[in-house]
Amino acid sequence: MSDRMQIDDPVLWPYWEAAQRRSLIVQRCQACGHHQHYPRPFCLECDADTLEWVETKGQGTVHSVTTVHVQLLPELKPPYQVALIDLDEGPRLVTGIDGTPCTIGDRVTVTWREREGLPPLPNFTKAAP
Amino acid sequence: MPAPLYITGVAETALGEVAGENELSMVAKATREALAEAGLKRKDIDGLFVNYMGEEGSVQVAEYLGIQPRFSDSSDLGGAAFEAQVHHAIAAIQAGFCEVALIAYASRQRSRRARSLSGGAPAMGVPIMHQLEVPYGLPSPIGRYALIAARHMHQYGTTRAQLAEIAVAARLWAQKNPKAWSRDPLTIEDCLNARPISEPLHRNDICLVTDGGGACIVTTAERARDAAKKPIRILGAAESHTHWHISQMKDLTVSAAAKSGPEAFAMAGITPGDVDILQPYDSFTITVLLALEDLGFCKKGEGGAFVESGALRPGGKLPSMTSGGGLSYNHPGALGLMLLIEAVRQLRGEAGDRQVPDAKIGVAHGVGGLLSTAGTVILARE
Repeated sequence: MSDRMQIDDPVLWPYWEAAQRRSLIVQRCQACGHHQHYPRPFCLECDADTLEWVETKGQGTVHSVTTVHVQLLPELKPPYQVALIDLDEGPRLVTGIDGTPCTIGDRVTVTWREREGLPPLPNFTKAAP
Repeated sequence: MPAPLYITGVAETALGEVAGENELSMVAKATREALAEAGLKRKDIDGLFVNYMGEEGSVQVAEYLGIQPRFSDSSDLGGAAFEAQVHHAIAAIQAGFCEVALIAYASRQRSRRARSLSGGAPAMGVPIMHQLEVPYGLPSPIGRYALIAARHMHQYGTTRAQLAEIAVAARLWAQKNPKAWSRDPLTIEDCLNARPISEPLHRNDICLVTDGGGACIVTTAERARDAAKKPIRILGAAESHTHWHISQMKDLTVSAAAKSGPEAFAMAGITPGDVDILQPYDSFTITVLLALEDLGFCKKGEGGAFVESGALRPGGKLPSMTSGGGLSYNHPGALGLMLLIEAVRQLRGEAGDRQVPDAKIGVAHGVGGLLSTAGTVILARE
């Protein structure tokens, strides 16, 4: 199944390779320092094509969050939370909230949700105060 | 806009749960009705604009109708496609590429049980969303609108009761429309107590799933002279889109209407204060709230207070969703065409019990995708 993911999107694949090492990476522009996610072959800020993958601290802030009350996936029993997280490096991403429910503005840290035959999925959990 | 253009014919397809029809027969029947209003013949159609009518949709519809267009457009801008296609039709007609434009759509999404919240696997295209969003179980499209609503509530103090007022206003209008799907009484309390789906959105914040569709003819002043009904002038139109993935929406509280609205009003040479009726795309209550702010009917962040005043209701200062909207009248997967049809009927003065007295200027505002797209059309009775 991992092979399928790589074939479907080779540009995104380094992200999942890093996930297998429990590392959350995003693109960084070597010209202007802008971080972006998902990956593209150019910098959205300055148009440079010199982008590198860099490891994030895996920390961020909840920008918005919804509690879902319908079952869509066998492994996710409602109610559960899905959030938009602003990583400290800048990029915003969709993620799941593990553990204590979060509200907007909460500080969160990356955790990893294991998946059968697939790279682990980055989730976030409320940071210890 | 250099030469004036008009909507000269509109028609709905059969609505609700449509038996004994397919999407193409629905489009064909609505087209015949719209052509009769326009005083035009099937073979006069030389521009064809459709969305969601299958692969190469305009090719399929043209064959079914037995026409050979010289301008053809199957742009997929979700529910806003039809307002955007009025914009495209203006460009095509002004350029001389066509003279009689048909915009058409039909769906049997209810009868086919075609809706799923899962977002599913994409058939074609790059599966970024499938790898980065779908595994988190964010309902599609509701979850994205929920994230937007939650942010708006956090940033501006908007309340669930204020969102509920939008659903209640739509229902009050639906009760005046014999074609509306949901006509039972609905209170703010009912909405607050309804089942949560993707918080802060509950059952009544979410549009219907019905069959439906329609047809609309756009043409020149010269061809409008043949019309059996009063032609409605197109004063302005514009379109835009901001994102596909919700993570890429720059500001969750600002929609593409912040671009399409001012551009359409500038073309029309009027301001939001001149508008008598508004047909905002009410896929979700939050969709209407953002449209009111971004189109300039109130300031950013003041949408909640604006709707709370009863402005959208029958007798309110900005009668909106006058058919009952996607929340209570009909939502055939893409509502944009129905918004144009309702605006035209109001401006002609033929809306029956729900007629807004002396409506002269109307706005149809389509929104599509994951609050991604916007198409704004400004219409006037001359």
